[in-house]
Amino acid sequence: MSDATEVATIPITVDFSGGLEMLFDNQRRHSVALPAAQTSGKPANIAFLIDYLCKNLMKDPRSDLFVLDGHIRPGILVLINDADWELEGEEAYEIQPRDNILFVSTLHGG
Amino acid sequence: MRPALCVNCKTERALIKRPKNHEKLCKACFIAVFEDEVHHTITSSRLFSPGEKVAIGASGGKDSTVLASVLKTLNERHNYGLELVLLSIDEGIKGYRDDSLETVKRNAVQYEMPLKVVGYDELYGGEDQVVETIGKKGNCTYCGVFRRQALDRGAKMLGIKHVVTGHNADDVAETVLMNLLRGDLARLSRSTSIVTGDSRSEVKRSKPLKYSYEKEIVLYAHHKKLDYFSTECIYSPEAFRGSARGLIKQLERVRPTAILDIVRSGEDMARLVPGESKPSCACKGQAPGALASAEDDIGGCGSQNGRTPGNEMAAMDKRLRENEAHEGLEIDVAKAMSESKTGSERQRELPIRGGHGDSKPRQVLGNCKRCGYMSSQDICQACMLLEGLNKNRAQIQI
Repeated sequence: MSDATEVATIPITVDFSGGLEMLFDNQRRHSVALPAAQTSGKPANIAFLIDYLCKNLMKDPRSDLFVLDGHIRPGILVLINDADWELEGEEAYEIQPRDNILFVSTLHGG
Repeated sequence: MRPALCVNCKTERALIKRPKNHEKLCKACFIAVFEDEVHHTITSSRLFSPGEKVAIGASGGKDSTVLASVLKTLNERHNYGLELVLLSIDEGIKGYRDDSLETVKRNAVQYEMPLKVVGYDELYGGEDQVVETIGKKGNCTYCGVFRRQALDRGAKMLGIKHVVTGHNADDVAETVLMNLLRGDLARLSRSTSIVTGDSRSEVKRSKPLKYSYEKEIVLYAHHKKLDYFSTECIYSPEAFRGSARGLIKQLERVRPTAILDIVRSGEDMARLVPGESKPSCACKGQAPGALASAEDDIGGCGSQNGRTPGNEMAAMDKRLRENEAHEGLEIDVAKAMSESKTGSERQRELPIRGGHGDSKPRQVLGNCKRCGYMSSQDICQACMLLEGLNKNRAQIQI
């Protein structure tokens, strides 16, 4: 509270399913206070969120199951407020307060 | 970015962008289109007949859960007159299959379908050590071969002659690619077939989701809030399968139509293989093509990308390839090539198109000499694997 350097954050919920839960403490839903701006000063977008999740929320060392070559692993679907992220600008989508971002893996057996 | 509207109803917000044609659809229209397309596959391939008893191979995973849900919906909507049963195989993989079976049990209640669970111990009974050894091998190929037979035998116990599985377009594309990379055109051809097993085999197997994208299956399950199980099998797939899968997913990212294009290419190539299957989607009114041998059905369980190129896997893969004994086929193609080159019209004639009556020894569906199960070899894959396992066990005991 007394920390004067505290950065502005955006409250969002992040969900993991399709097996990705196991990388994030076996928990499906996470409430995240995402820094509102990237270090570059640009508003937080999905690319920034993915990097933030890897650095701050992932409990599992196998980050390659989530991110490959700096991008979300092919085969993992991203839904922004239930819409395919391809409809929303993918990594460039600027995150809004109370957004729900769902990462769902298609890579598991069925 | 202003939300896009559904191109179909033009009123609701689009939530889905279809990989096959980039169409933007709302939730309700997507669900309707997905179901209509599966219905089209079923009717154009004449998969079912009225009154037929059909067992759904259910693992509790997304594909078989979606298959059960869609079949229940379509059966009621279009009066297929099917009697649907869930059939699960318990391979005895602790921490994986026991949890996923709980999902299947819930599905049975949700979809009001009877459930039959068949254990490996029940099928390969009495030989606990063998069952245990299979478990320890923990390999998709072992698992796949045994599970396929187990589904058939489970169906037989129930007096059911048709088993449907949740194999999707991504699975078929993966298998096409793997067989292409192995140079195994005969198996490639059979793997594209929507129906496997023929009049001589007691159980036919089919894949109604053959043209459905894995992405859309997951989205269908998500938007319909289906209850499915998605913890990775504790065993990793062979490196080769994992690589093929990874490649397909990367291609999809760049060019989403690639998956169905690979499936279609596989079907087209199948037509070039002498005596092999015809196109399996019978859109133009012809009956489904020649039926593929059941053991050539898609292997593995479409699990995670390969991360463990372990020596054990490589060694087993090598042994399996020896066991499968399809070297004959490779020689066959080479022989055909050289034969036609000695001919006078080699410029115009591609040997693989064949059908000139030259007696190419291609695989013919018969029965395993040991267990009587349908097989294109003298000894079926499962008996081969069992023999290998028994040999290993003997070595361990010494």
